[in-house]
This record gives sequence, C-alpha cells and structure tokens, in this order.
Amino acid sequence: MMIRLRHLSKIYRSGDVFVPALQNVDLDIDYGEFVAIVGASGSGKSTLMNIIGCLDRPTRGVYELEGHDVGRMNDIQRAKVRSRRIGFVFQSFNLLSRPSALSQVELPMIYAGMGDRRRRAAHALAEVGLSDRMHHKPSQLSGGQQQRVAIARALVTDPALILADEPTGALDTKTTGDIVGLFERLNREHGITVIFVTHEPEVAEHTRRTITLRDGRIISDVPTARSTVVQFPGTVAPAAPAAQAAGEAPA
Amino acid sequence: MIFIDTLRMATSEFASNKLRTGLTMLGIIIGVGAVIALMAAGQGAQAGVTSKVRGLGSNLIFVKPATTGSSGGGIRDLRSLTLTTDDATSLRDQTVFPEISAVVSQFGGSDTSADTSQTSLQTQLIGNGRNTTAIITATEPNFVTVRNYTVAAGAFITSDDMDRKSTNVVLGSKVAADLFDTPASAIGQNVRINFGPVNLSLTVIGVLATRGGNGSDDTQMILPLTTFATRLPFIRSTNGKQNVQEITVKVTDAGKLNQAKLAITNTIAANHGGTQDFTVSTQDDLLTTANEVSRTLTILLGAIAGISLIVGGIGIMNIMLVSVIERTREIGIRKAVGANSRMILMQFIIEAVIVTVAGGAIGVLVGVVAAKVANGQDFGTGSTITTQVTSTSILVASGVSVLIGLFFGIYPAYQASRLDPIEALRKD
Ligand SMILES: Nc1ncnc2c1ncn2[C@@H]1O[C@H](COP(=O)(O)OP(=O)(O)OP(=O)(O)O)[C@@H](O)[C@H]1O
Ligand SMILES: [Mg+2]
Repeated sequence: MMIRLRHLSKIYRSGDVFVPALQNVDLDIDYGEFVAIVGASGSGKSTLMNIIGCLDRPTRGVYELEGHDVGRMNDIQRAKVRSRRIGFVFQSFNLLSRPSALSQVELPMIYAGMGDRRRRAAHALAEVGLSDRMHHKPSQLSGGQQQRVAIARALVTDPALILADEPTGALDTKTTGDIVGLFERLNREHGITVIFVTHEPEVAEHTRRTITLRDGRIISDVPTARSTVVQFPGTVAPAAPAAQAAGEAPA
Repeated sequence: MIFIDTLRMATSEFASNKLRTGLTMLGIIIGVGAVIALMAAGQGAQAGVTSKVRGLGSNLIFVKPATTGSSGGGIRDLRSLTLTTDDATSLRDQTVFPEISAVVSQFGGSDTSADTSQTSLQTQLIGNGRNTTAIITATEPNFVTVRNYTVAAGAFITSDDMDRKSTNVVLGSKVAADLFDTPASAIGQNVRINFGPVNLSLTVIGVLATRGGNGSDDTQMILPLTTFATRLPFIRSTNGKQNVQEITVKVTDAGKLNQAKLAITNTIAANHGGTQDFTVSTQDDLLTTANEVSRTLTILLGAIAGISLIVGGIGIMNIMLVSVIERTREIGIRKAVGANSRMILMQFIIEAVIVTVAGGAIGVLVGVVAAKVANGQDFGTGSTITTQVTSTSILVASGVSVLIGLFFGIYPAYQASRLDPIEALRKD
C-alpha cells in the first residue's frame, strides 16, 4: 500500500473554538491509483491533501507513506519526501513570478540534488506540450499554460505521487479537459499515483475512484462509474484498487 | 551543487531588484569606505610622524622648557621660557659628558615632535623682487650636522658668523625656490624680513636641500642665534639670560641615550636650582608619545567609521525582514517543491552575505580612492593630510563586512526558514 491513514484527525483551534477539519479518517490508496476527492467547501479536502503531501501534520492518528511513518519524521526528512516522492499542483498554480518556465521546472531538481536539469526540464515541458514556451515568464502565459508549467514542475523529479488541489478550479471547461487529460496520461503512461481535489462532478468522472468528504469525514469511497481498469506496465497497482479501498472505508 | 545554485538564485534576485539591492549595499559601501579612508588618515598621520622623527637625525635627545610658549601667547610669552644658553653650555663639558658629541641650541624653527603648540616665528621675507613667508630658526653652526641637513648650495653659518653676529642666513629649499630661480642664484643675494617692529636686511649664504614632509624643514630661514639675540632683544629670559626654545643633544651611540638623558636631566635641574621646569626626551620617547596619539586617533576614527558599518548592517537586516514578508509565498512554493528549512536559511544568508561582500568590495574601492584623493590635500587648514591605506585595514574592513552580513542576515533568514509552508502558500 502506498498511502495508509488510520484514525487520522486534524483539529484547528481558534481561541476557545475547536474546528475539526478531519475526523477519524481511515484511508488506503495503492500505487497507480487515480483518485478524485470531492466534497463541499470546508469539508477538509485541502487539509487531507496537505497531510498526505507531508506539508502538514495531523493532530492525531497514523499516516504511513510507502511503509514509512510520516508522523515520526522531522521537518528535514519530510522535506526530503516531498522532494523525492511527491509533486504538487495547486489551484493558483503557485509559480515563482520572475523565472522562465524552464527555471521553474528546474527548481525542484535543485532541491532534490539532481543533475542534467536543463534537459530533464525541457523534456518535462515537452511532456505537457509547452516546448515552444520554455523561456516565457508566468506573466506571459495563459492560465492553462501556467498550470501545465506547474504540472511539468510536479512531474520532473519523477515522483511516485502527484497531489493536485483543485488544479482546474481557475480554468475554463476546455482547458480543464486538457489538464485532466494530462493527469490521466501521467497516471496511465507513467504509473504515477494521482490524487486530485475537484468541485466538478464531470471532472471526477475521469478518475477511477471517488472519495467524498463531509465535515472532515469520508462519507463515500466508490469506484467511479465510468472507470475502466487499465493495466499498465511498470506499476504495482492491483487489479481493482478502488473496490478494495472502498471496502475499508468507514460508513 | 546546491550552494552554486543558491548563489545563482540570489544574483537573479538582485538583478530583478536593483534599486533595493543598491540601497542596501549603500550602507555597507559607506561604512567600509569610511573605515578604509579614516584608518588611512590615522595611519598616514602615524607614518608621517615616524618618518619625521627619524628624519631629525640619529641618537638625539631633545631638551625643552616645560612650557614651550603657546601660539596664543605670542612673543611676550617666549620671554618666560626657562631654558637658556647657559644650560647648553653646561652640557658641552666633555669631561663630564664624554658620551655627548654635539649640543645645539635653537630658537624657533621646525618643531621636533608632534607638539604643534610650539610657537612658530613666522615672518615675511622679501628678496629678488618677490616675497614669501618663512619660519625663523635661530641656531648654531652644528645644527646642520646634528639635524642631518644637506646644504644644496653655498655654505651653512659658521662660528665666525656667530662671533660677528653676522646677518648671513641659510634658506630652506622652498623659501629659496619662492624667491630665486635656482638655489645657486640665491647665494650672495639680499633678503629683507619684516618681523614685528624689526626690519632687517640679510645676506643669503646657503640653501638647504629639499627634505619634504609636513614640517617646516623646507620653509625655514636659518640665522645665527647670536644675531637673533641682539637684533630681537625682547626675546630674552626674564632673568636676563638668553633663553632658547630647544636644546638638541647628539649622543655618540644609541646605547648611551638613556644614560645621557639622566645625566642631562640632573645637570639642568641643578642649573635651575632643583626645579624641573623642562623636559628631556629621546627620539624614542617622541615616537612613543606621537604613536600613542596617532594610534588613539586611528582607533577613534575607525570606531566612528565602524558605527556607520553597523548602521549599514542594521539597514540590511531591516530590508531583509521586509523582503522575507514580501517573499512569504515564494518561500512556501520553494518548500512545497522540496526545499527544507536549512536550504531556505542558506539562501537568505547567502543573499545577505553577497550584498555585504559586494558592498564591501565597492566600499574598499571607494575608501582607497577617497584616501588617495585626500592625500596631500590641506582642505584649507594649512596642514596637509597624509593618508596611508594598509592591507590590514582592507582585510579588517572586508572581514567585518562579511561578519555583519552574517550577523544581521541570520535573523531574517531564520524567520524565512521557519515559515510554515501551508500558511506561506495561503498568503498573497
Ligand atoms: N489554519 C486554519 N485554522 C483554522 N481553521 C482552519 C485552518 N485551515 C482550515 N481550517 C478549517 O478546516 C476546515 C477544512 O478546511 P479545508 O481547507 O480543508 O477545506 P476544503 O475542503 O479544502 O474547502 P475548499 O473546497 O473551500 O477549498 C474548514 O472549516 C476550515 O475553516
Ligand atoms: Mg481547499
């Protein structure tokens, strides 16, 4: 199992008020899965993504990533996990404002201590269809193109897991389709585990498993209706991961 | 690997923030520049005094009245000087002082120490249809050898001049150059002085070689002490004796300086009925005092400049703290794509150090140029400034600027490194 959450809770405290953003979440996600997380605003989706992405710590419960207990890691170790195993994509792109697309994509490789960066960055940009925009700054790119740069940046370090928090939230329908298609391809062709948050049901339909949150609890975890399980080479994904996970989900 | 990349990131950060970077650097540039320039002024003063004292001659002991006559007191004040020609005479007894090879009395002239309060007998000098100012030195024939002067043209005053109380004079090189075309053409010419009520016609019999430096070596006019005493009779001791401003004693060898100093002190004190109303100092004593003064000066100047360096450092800290807040989101992004807090810390420290190192380098340049420009200028004060840039001051200033970058950069960098990535990303 790639991701294993047990009795995971995240409780924010503002003054005397305790806000439970996540409550007793149990969740397993296997290698190669393509998962959508849906739910109303404030239901805890981003909180869950940040914990899975080792950007945040749970208040209670266990989080194991690839068999390692993330709760026992220090900041430096968690930064290393983010650097080597995880790629992030955000709703607001979160690109640096000045560097060119190429430099943006090189950045994670600097922190990961990787060599041959220029070539890899160019390759990643080609992968997302931006070969002709490598030297553009974010201000010279459309929203969809900026998000592609962000995706190239997320995949350039060869992560096992890509986490996308409402990656299409700021994009129009056509561009949304392109971006979701890109994630599908990364999942299918590279075997990267993709988890993304969306508000749009039609976007969730492209995945093979949909997890629904409400008030910090998982209220449903089902295989996506349209999904067809595709076996691809080079991954350890089980034949029907969604069904398996659904069985473990709390009622 | 990461270090080089961080350097590159920092430089591109500066490139896109030129004005801010420039202003941040300015504090360090001014601080380091000031340290270099002011230390150079202090060191220059020290070196100037040292070479001057060394240039006086070798194995010398200087005897002076306790009060040398302050510039404010004027001529009247000179009458109360306690040292007289009798004191000089008492030192000439070879049986009592075998270690003394020469004794020369002097009135006016170049001051031998950093003591600038000694009255200069400045006079107007007219000759060859031109005029200039000169410092009067009234002294004896062996002055030229004891003080290590070279006669460039003509001859020095002799004992015959002393006996006859002649009006023969020897000019410093600058005085001669002001009045005559060549040193040789000055010989035999008449010059006239207007010194208070005294109006004298004198004959030039010699011109000294140029010595350089800040003293009055080249701007003096030397005449026999006896002539001076008779022609300017109001400069006499109140007890009726001929007083002098300074007695220079030459000792046969350096090893006997302290012994001679003691003997001289005892003899003159006995002459004065036991009162020690005079000072006896060797060249080393002069050097020690002068060096103490100029070292204090150097430290003081350095400290003042150092304060501006610290102010520059605080400027860096201030701007960096603002920049950390401004770049919160950037820091969040960097952490999300894999940077750990140490890498962020390093990035900001390196940025601070680059600013100070670059600022320090420019500051060194500015300071050196300022020191070179100021060298030899008098800024309208009449006394020229000598500057000497030492490698020590350059090393110290650059080292301190790096330390300041580190010191004032660490706190903002630490603030940046411990930002929570989620909060940082949420900010805009
Ligand atoms: N730093 C915080 N301090 C206090 N409460 C917080 C904090 N972050 C999140 N919360 C609360 O936790 C709950 C879940 O927030 P979260 O951002 O995970 O929701 P979400 O499902 O991502 O919503 P959206 O769809 O609007 O992005 C919300 O009620 C929110 O107010
Ligand atoms: Mg959210």
